[in-house]
Amino acid sequence: MNDLPGMANPDNPLVPFRVFDTLHFARFVILNDATLDDLSVYGPEAELRDAPVYLAFLGECDGSAEHQLAQFVVQAGDGLRRIFAYCVGFDASGDLLQWMRHNSIKPSASYVNWIGRTVSQIRQEAELHKALAGYLAEYLSDDTDRTRHEPQHIRNALVQVVDQKGPRLTEPAPTPLDWRIRQLLYVVTAAAAVFLVVLPCLVLPARAALWVYVAVLLILAAAATVFLACLRRHEAKDPDVQGPAKAPSDEHLLALGAQQDYDVTNQYTAFGSFKPGTFSRWTTTVIWWLVDLATPILYPRGNLARIKTIHFAHWIFLDDKRRGLFVSNYDGSSESYMDDFVNKVSFGLNLTFGRGLGYPRTYFLLGGGARLEQDFKNVQRRHALPAQVWYKAYPELTLVDIARNARIRQGLKRKTMTDSEIRQWLSEI
Amino acid sequence: MAQPVSEYQDIQGIVRSGYGKLDEASFLLLRITDVREAKAWLAAVVEAPGTTGRSYHVTHAGNFGSYLPRALQVAMTAPGIRKLGAPDVLFQEGSPHAFPREFRLGMAAEAPDIEGRSRRLGDLGDNAPYNWDWGGSPAQTPDALVMLYAEKGGLAGFQQMVTADLAAGFEMVRVLDTAIVSDKGRQRREPFGFVDGISQPEIDWEARRTPGTVDDLEYGNLIAAGEFLLGYENEYELFTQRPLLDPVLDPENILSPAQDDPGRRDLGRNGCYLVLRQLEQDVAGFWQFLRQESPDDDGVSLGEAMVGRRLTNGDPLITATRAEIRGVDPGPDQLRQNGFTYDSDPEGLACPFGAHIRRANPRTADLPGGRQGLVSRLLRMLGLKQGDPRDDLISSSRFHRIIRRGRPYGAVIGKRESMLGDESHGAPTGIHFICLNANIARQFEFIQNAWIVNARFNAMHSEADPLLGNRLPFPGTQPTDTFSVPDLFGPNRRITGLPRFVTVRGGAYFFLPSLRALRFIARQGREP
Repeated sequence: MNDLPGMANPDNPLVPFRVFDTLHFARFVILNDATLDDLSVYGPEAELRDAPVYLAFLGECDGSAEHQLAQFVVQAGDGLRRIFAYCVGFDASGDLLQWMRHNSIKPSASYVNWIGRTVSQIRQEAELHKALAGYLAEYLSDDTDRTRHEPQHIRNALVQVVDQKGPRLTEPAPTPLDWRIRQLLYVVTAAAAVFLVVLPCLVLPARAALWVYVAVLLILAAAATVFLACLRRHEAKDPDVQGPAKAPSDEHLLALGAQQDYDVTNQYTAFGSFKPGTFSRWTTTVIWWLVDLATPILYPRGNLARIKTIHFAHWIFLDDKRRGLFVSNYDGSSESYMDDFVNKVSFGLNLTFGRGLGYPRTYFLLGGGARLEQDFKNVQRRHALPAQVWYKAYPELTLVDIARNARIRQGLKRKTMTDSEIRQWLSEI
Repeated sequence: MAQPVSEYQDIQGIVRSGYGKLDEASFLLLRITDVREAKAWLAAVVEAPGTTGRSYHVTHAGNFGSYLPRALQVAMTAPGIRKLGAPDVLFQEGSPHAFPREFRLGMAAEAPDIEGRSRRLGDLGDNAPYNWDWGGSPAQTPDALVMLYAEKGGLAGFQQMVTADLAAGFEMVRVLDTAIVSDKGRQRREPFGFVDGISQPEIDWEARRTPGTVDDLEYGNLIAAGEFLLGYENEYELFTQRPLLDPVLDPENILSPAQDDPGRRDLGRNGCYLVLRQLEQDVAGFWQFLRQESPDDDGVSLGEAMVGRRLTNGDPLITATRAEIRGVDPGPDQLRQNGFTYDSDPEGLACPFGAHIRRANPRTADLPGGRQGLVSRLLRMLGLKQGDPRDDLISSSRFHRIIRRGRPYGAVIGKRESMLGDESHGAPTGIHFICLNANIARQFEFIQNAWIVNARFNAMHSEADPLLGNRLPFPGTQPTDTFSVPDLFGPNRRITGLPRFVTVRGGAYFFLPSLRALRFIARQGREP
């Protein structure tokens, strides 16, 4: 299925990814956890001896996943059947769609770099940029008349030539209904929360209301104290799995390295166990739930905290929340991705993965952890898995390219622009 | 609190000085032919003067300031250290107490194209290791590097003497000659004609600064010693992975205990890694191309835009800021040449984003926007306040600095001769790029990958470093051979079809041991 190591041929006969025009990324990855033995530091009862080896088929698409699954069955049913035939319990003569639905897992948290931006929009805007760059070079090559090079003249000429020669752009697709409903729910929930907060003031005399507030605050403070005390106790007592043998082997790093940096974007798949016990389980569950809730509100467009290179990311529980999977697609090399993790968002890494087994020791789930640079890089590389097949719908484009192309389009569509805006706009072409 | 550096007599002098007063230099690439003799030579050059018959020794950093007529440094590759019988645990994969993987595997010694190192370093096409003159395969990788420096006229005799002594234990793989740079008092120039080596990090020898405080919200040039010397705290206030040994393996107590792990002996302490790359420069091609693109001034201003500094004196295209920058010497020359950041030029109008010096050291701080406003700072840290689309694209510089100690080689060709297309200078010319760092992956390789060869550096597209780029399309058919110069009055000036000006001819990763570590290596397998 591949052209280059790990890089899907978009026209491969098994799953011809190119025909799915709503599919951003996809990957097949065998989840074989080489770090399972780490659990033995918690004693024999913690071990997951018969932990299954999974084949994961993951993707990011526009619209609903249900629709995408149906498309896969229609356009690549035979190929998928051949691949899934290697899975336990797969019946090649059965209903493929049913089987895929039955075996699909919803991520506990997901991040989307730019909510609502479709594959076709990305491709069209890239085409527009390419065409405009050509038109601009052609226009500038004629310098018979200096006034031709004035910003307004250049822009008018470009607008005209795009009108005449294209490319034609379709309007960006409207945000799906369920996204709108979700947004509405957020607003309603926020309103309800505010209402709850002010409720005592509305229904009770001032003095009584004050007591209610004090009581609630005390309860919250007590709960927080109990939680932080538990957390600290766990953090201090967690056994160390980072013995000398717990850095990745050369063979493992070679397998990872062999598939990286063939495009400007790389895939990342990390798999491992959580620290056993209900505390880790519930802490991670709540944090991932909050991440899922908060990221679309706080980071809907272009950045996840200070990172602008992540296209998509998902946090997924497996095996009754005893193991977890993190997958992402990021621009740049693995070393720069790690650099961002360590230097820009170590707190985020610590919160979401701090209860992972073998993760560098954290301090109140915020400090330490990813700030322990080399330990962290070792851990994340040790848990990283090479994806057997990885597909990207718009090779050669980084998120910075995609955002720039969108700005170029907006500039083209605007009615008027000042000279300095045009210069800015032209400098991006 | 970080520990200051005090054992200067244990540190090879090149960490502290580029031996600028010594005009002549040559670098000997050696292969060990007789282990015993090789160790005997090493032992002799690290013993105290007077105790052996040798009239030269490894130069240490303890005589800084006093004039030395010549200097000698020794560095070794991983295969070289192994051959001398160093304990296997030093090379054990996955061990946090062994040499790090990139040093063990080398710049190109093991399947670099499969593993991806060559892709990341841009060593593809004509730059690919299998085209190198040396270092491109295990068979072509030297075991040791002996660097000789001498005052004018002094090198030939020195080199002859050392070479004769080396012959018993080593075979000469290659001698890397360097150009005589005899312009005392003037600044050194690289073969294209630009002043080189202006920007260097200032090593925090005395541990005056604590890394990671609010001060790092602004760019600083004073960098933790642990970034350039193993065994000291780095910019994360941590100890970089380095070879540590069980004391049983050091029965003669040659090595000192590791500061963070006193139960182990520190083979890395006071040493670092030395990256050597032979970069051939097409000087004639460079200037001819520039003149063809910009005939008005013989291409000088375009060349300056590509470099980021003036041809005449090396001043930056950016005017120095008035604010003081930590670790930049307050003398007028240093202030003018290094007292700047790119914050004052957010549109690249003074210095193009793609200019070599703006890539090699972007002079970024930990957080765009600096220290202004507590609330604003919190919002920026959480990514909730978005400014310029370029914000946050470039990593903080302080984790990615190197000390440069390169020297040019070949005939010096003037700009004018180059433009005339005078082909009489047949001898190749270029630079033996040398840099020192404590973490090859995070420092040299990161700079080379994320900043130099990256065609998407700082939100640009289709352009790699204008001087060093390999010009191969990446990825797929995307060009990397353009260079854009922002223009205040119109669209970017885009120069396309840049030829390759620099070709990699060889390279290797060396360990530059402390004198103690050299002594330890030299005594491996010998009866105490």
